[in-house]
Amino acid sequence: MRVMFILWLRQIKRYFRSRSRIVGAIGQPLLFLLALGYGLGSIYKSAGQGNYLQFLVPGIMAQTVLFSSMFYGAMIIFDRQFGFLKETLVAPVGRLKIMLGGALGGATTSVMQGILVFIISLALGFRPHSWLMAIIAIGFMAALAVAITSFSSGIGSFVQDMQGFQAINQFLVFPLYFLSGALYPLTHVPVWLRIIAEANPISYTVDAMRWSMLGVSRFGIWHDCIALLLTLVVLIAFGAMRFRHIEA
Amino acid sequence: MIEVNHLTKQFGKFTAVNDISFSVNKGELFALLGPNGAGKSTTIKMLTTLLKPTSGELFLNGYNVVKQQDSARKSFGIVFQDPSLDNDLTAYENMELHAVMYGVEPASMKNRIKELLELVELWDRRANLVKTFSGGMKRRLEIARGLLHHPKVLFLDEPTLGLDTQTRNLLWNYIGHLAHEKEMTILFTTHYLEEAEANASRIAIIDHGKLLTIGSAAKLKQDTHTKTLEQAYLKLTGKELRDEEVDPHEAWRARQRSRNMR
Repeated sequence: MRVMFILWLRQIKRYFRSRSRIVGAIGQPLLFLLALGYGLGSIYKSAGQGNYLQFLVPGIMAQTVLFSSMFYGAMIIFDRQFGFLKETLVAPVGRLKIMLGGALGGATTSVMQGILVFIISLALGFRPHSWLMAIIAIGFMAALAVAITSFSSGIGSFVQDMQGFQAINQFLVFPLYFLSGALYPLTHVPVWLRIIAEANPISYTVDAMRWSMLGVSRFGIWHDCIALLLTLVVLIAFGAMRFRHIEA
Repeated sequence: MIEVNHLTKQFGKFTAVNDISFSVNKGELFALLGPNGAGKSTTIKMLTTLLKPTSGELFLNGYNVVKQQDSARKSFGIVFQDPSLDNDLTAYENMELHAVMYGVEPASMKNRIKELLELVELWDRRANLVKTFSGGMKRRLEIARGLLHHPKVLFLDEPTLGLDTQTRNLLWNYIGHLAHEKEMTILFTTHYLEEAEANASRIAIIDHGKLLTIGSAAKLKQDTHTKTLEQAYLKLTGKELRDEEVDPHEAWRARQRSRNMR
């Protein structure tokens, strides 16, 4: 436990010491909120769907958690390049503890980023339908964050350089995000897109976030929870298995 | 304390380490010499569980390095050839992280860290981020860190590379003290032959993955009929230049990658 705690703490300390990272990771979601929230808001309203910003914010919070959790895998690549990875790999500690300690640290900072976006959204006029329910959203963000940091640890343990890592981001994570219903409702989309979205774990996270913050759900909260739990288990297992074979 | 039996490591078709056997006694200061790409670092990587041998057996402190990884890992400390610190943590935090990972008792941890940081004269800089340190300071910190958990065996892979004379002097004095008074077993590599001659009780020379000879500096000179260790070394390994940065593991991985892309 001590080992996992100190590796968790390492991530937290590094996060607070890197202001550029905090600001950088806020930039993208802020751009989405402003450009899409205000840019598409009027069209959304005239199509009879109501307030787009309200609809958008839970999706953008999920986006923030998703991408900053993916970034955790890049940290492993940096650790390899700067040599620190060797130090952890020769230590008499099981790989699973090393993987989980770091991933939980990365997940904690991702959730903090998500909460930061929530606060910014409040300033832009977003209001959750119930403050008490909005707290539950932290739980969903945490589940997504742990799942994705585990996944990205697995990726970071066999991808050797940033270029390879970016390729996975571009060809896997971006599509998953854009096809998830985070940015648009899935009610009027073509059938093929709906099928993809329903097989996409990110859709269920976004839906769960919307349920807790807006009180509406497309798939039903139990479906969301089961999908999220399944994603969590599968991705932790993936990360643990890949990380076992990591080489400095 | 260290036992290497018929150790071999192949990367694809390339043999980086070829049937090497030697043993190092308790409290001995043992030097592993060889040109770039001779297999020194690959041997150390296998001894420190970072690479699995293709064949052969390794024992550290009585533990089988491949089969009893965690016990073996607790037995040794290592200072790597290239840096392995977290630059975004302070000197103290780097030490603390290491202490926790190696299960140093929380009660004695603070004193132990203080003692070692004072020894390498970094106690005053304990709260500074490592990224503000010079190369020599980082090296000193890594050495202090490697000693934190009272290892029985210490591996030093080119520990004095890029250090000034003062630091090298301080370092070798302390390493000698560890070996002679604390009976720590120390295996080091270096390109400075005078360091090997002055400090090591025995020297092994390897080249092209093979062990060429092993013995005291005096014996190596005698066997090769030469006057200095450098002459003996050049006689054994030849005068041709070697390619810098031959890391067979890295080269092998690069080849695998380009093959996968094709």
